[in-house]
Amino acid sequence: MPAFSCAFPGCRRDLLVIVLVVFVGIGLPIEASAPAYQSHGTEGSYLTNVTNTKKAFPVLAVNYKHVRQPFEIALWILLALLMKLGFHLIPRLSGVVPESCLLIVVGLLVGGLIKVIGEEPPVLDSQLFFLCLLPPIILDAGYFLPIRPFTENVGTILVFAVIGTLWNTFFMGGLLYALCQIESVGLGGVDLLACLLFGSIVSAVDPVAVLAVFEEIHINELVHILVFGESLLNDAVTVVLYNLFEEFAKVGTVTVLDVFLGVVCFFVVSLGGVLVGAIYGFLAAFTSRFTSHTRVIEPLFVFLYSYMAYLSSEMFHLSGIMALIVCGVVMRPYVEANISHKSYTTIKYFLKMWSSVSETLIFIFLGVSTVAGPHAWNWTFVITTVILCLVSRVLGVIGLTFIINKFRIVKLTKKDQFIVAYGGLRGAIAFSLGYLLSNRHQMRNLFLTAIITVIFFTVFVQGMTIRPLVELLAVKKKKESKPSINEEIHTEFLNHLLTGVEGVCGHYGHYHWKEKLNRFNKTYVKRWLIAGENFKEPELIAFYRKMELKQAIMMVESGQLPSALPSTISMQNIQPRAIPRVSKKREEEIRRILRSNLQNNKQKMRSRSYSRHTLFDADEEDNVSEVRLRKTKMEMERRMSHYLTVPANRESPRPGVRRVRFESDNQVFSADSVPTVHFEQPSPPSTPDAVSLEEEVPKRPSLEADIEGPRGNASDNHQGELDYQRLARCLSDPGPNKDKEEDDPFMSC
Amino acid sequence: MGSRASSLLREEEIEEIKKETGFSHSQITRLYSRFTSLDKGENGTLGREDFQRIPELAINPLGDRIINAFFPEGEDQVNFRGFMRTLAHFRPIEDNEKNKDPTASEPLNSRINKLLFAFQLYDLDRDDKISRDELLQVLRMMVGVNISDEQLGSIADRTIQEADQNGDNSISFNEFIKVLEKVDVEQKMSIRFLH
Repeated sequence: MPAFSCAFPGCRRDLLVIVLVVFVGIGLPIEASAPAYQSHGTEGSYLTNVTNTKKAFPVLAVNYKHVRQPFEIALWILLALLMKLGFHLIPRLSGVVPESCLLIVVGLLVGGLIKVIGEEPPVLDSQLFFLCLLPPIILDAGYFLPIRPFTENVGTILVFAVIGTLWNTFFMGGLLYALCQIESVGLGGVDLLACLLFGSIVSAVDPVAVLAVFEEIHINELVHILVFGESLLNDAVTVVLYNLFEEFAKVGTVTVLDVFLGVVCFFVVSLGGVLVGAIYGFLAAFTSRFTSHTRVIEPLFVFLYSYMAYLSSEMFHLSGIMALIVCGVVMRPYVEANISHKSYTTIKYFLKMWSSVSETLIFIFLGVSTVAGPHAWNWTFVITTVILCLVSRVLGVIGLTFIINKFRIVKLTKKDQFIVAYGGLRGAIAFSLGYLLSNRHQMRNLFLTAIITVIFFTVFVQGMTIRPLVELLAVKKKKESKPSINEEIHTEFLNHLLTGVEGVCGHYGHYHWKEKLNRFNKTYVKRWLIAGENFKEPELIAFYRKMELKQAIMMVESGQLPSALPSTISMQNIQPRAIPRVSKKREEEIRRILRSNLQNNKQKMRSRSYSRHTLFDADEEDNVSEVRLRKTKMEMERRMSHYLTVPANRESPRPGVRRVRFESDNQVFSADSVPTVHFEQPSPPSTPDAVSLEEEVPKRPSLEADIEGPRGNASDNHQGELDYQRLARCLSDPGPNKDKEEDDPFMSC
Repeated sequence: MGSRASSLLREEEIEEIKKETGFSHSQITRLYSRFTSLDKGENGTLGREDFQRIPELAINPLGDRIINAFFPEGEDQVNFRGFMRTLAHFRPIEDNEKNKDPTASEPLNSRINKLLFAFQLYDLDRDDKISRDELLQVLRMMVGVNISDEQLGSIADRTIQEADQNGDNSISFNEFIKVLEKVDVEQKMSIRFLH
């Protein structure tokens, strides 16, 4: 680092960016020229071998060929990530321009650099794209798909995906064909089928681009799920249309039978994809039921089953994207009930990481391929394509919304429609499909150029302007709300109410079928797919415990848990007399219950993460405090065996059962400080117990129900301890013992 | 059966119901045939046992409360008008209704009235407050028998504490409204009756 001091704050950051750019500038020519070097190298060594029988032992030798391919791959990925790093260091830029645009620009620059050197820039290989780069993004999207809004709007999404794409294809294909008929354009050779093929490639909304742009604008949930769901589900349509038109273009004629078969094919492709995904999803869920002894490989099952689902459906020309989504959606509730918290975190982070890398690479390669690819530019065709894309999208959305609104309870407003139309971005899938076109099509280069132009237009122009437009139109943003137990309870209440009223009306609607599915799930499916006794737990309870845990962790974080040292000391004197002996068996039981509790608590964390950059806040806190927790965990475990008494077992309320609570103290780390234990009587007398610590706290009928309130220090103390107790409970090692936890998976708090 | 049913419902009655509840003609006749199919005694009113015969209500955790909501204070029979009046709460809010003149009385399916209906399902003793016990009862109905009382108690306390603003340890109607302001009640409490 240079020794001069920076005069102003932004200086260091800019310096780092410059260093990165220089690094990139140097790194690429090295890599690009490496092949040339490598060939010389081997030749040279061969010659020397022949001429000299003995040469000096090569202390240092270069053998690039050996590591060439992995080296290049790693270098590309590293450079891509350094670029990403660089962008986020420049806040002004990343606030205005979406990341995808910047990455494409970088790709252009890199491609330009390589071309200047004289090498052939690599093109985005379709196989690489479809088999390696796309699946992580789709799996990430599918695994974390917000189910409730998705199922509530699934009808609308399907209409947009299927009918919208069909409309786009035929509208664009037809009009472009009409354009090509015009003599002045000079494209007489393009027949209808080729135009339709082109239309089918370019009309599908791309999930990668939509994800990249939408996650930065934080739009309200409804619009987000509409555009995003559409981009995912239109894959089936795209696959069918693409294959269909390719086949027809080969043959040249279309009969009615072909059209009929096409329709049948659509159903086969989409339903087949869903089926394959569901099968693998259930397999994964079933496998996860038995992984309690091999926690370390749990995430791998999730990834591998999903990838297999994708590959299997691609093998049969079914919709791989739909298979992947369905697999993720199906396996998630069961897998999350079975795996440990650490595995859950691993899965989440790996998915985010891979999808982030994939996305970055895709956009950079898109830029590079633009420089590399063969181009055939025809002003009219390209400009018309871009305009038609916009027009057909807008018309399609308006027309379909008009029809859909007749069936929706919450209508789509004009603003919603605008964002849905404007957010229909095209991306790398279109490019890869275009690239896959065989060279037979004489218009291939023209098509590729047009596709790239459309992609650039949508990503740059629409991507950049959508954020100010959202602000301008004051479109509803995503409501950042803390999870509220009230909302959860009342929502479930309303669900039951509506189901009942639907029953009264004799109307088999949305709620009726949802309720039926839930019941089926609870009685049959969960039994098979969830390990242990966890399948009985109602969702409300899981939600509540998750909330409590989060709050406890937040309190640990903010240091609100008081140490109250003086009382501790006084307690220590009384303690030895008050604690009854704990039997070994009891101890084991308690430990088992605590472990299972931790697992139940921590893995019910639902994440509503669309974002690639930041995960859900609570999990970040969770992980930050995890280090601290781990230290306290050791101490707690050790002491638990000494000081634990009988927990309240709901089945056998012993007379005079005492509840155990740990005194929270920050000095757990020190060896000589002793965690104190105080007791509460289940039906507390009005006078505090001699061993009770609660002198300051006003007595209430049910003590441990006393939850936080802005009611002064004493109550905070109380609440803090309550939470800390729960926290301490949760500190045991994740992973339930295989032996049964029949009695009471829920420790009464 | 069908023709006999609709002939029992006179035109002026349909008009009155239409005005009161906002349902359309076809919806009213449709619901009337449902009403008569439930009315096994064929005396023009429904009793509790008629409702209890509906299988979906039998397995619904809130079944009893929903049935009670149909019966006005202290009565044991409900006629078609009352039936429709209760069901009117679940009609979707239409856009054109939002622009009606504010001096007209609140339609039965407005957001406030929907929330009031739900509130009254919690608040059995009609003291305009959801007390801790009432909340506990509802929670117990929803989560089943496997959960301990203490755990439910702490959930109930947490719920009240989250919603309570005036410190009376219960949830008033206004607090109830406030807590649900982020929930899309118009959608969650509407059934798409066929148009």
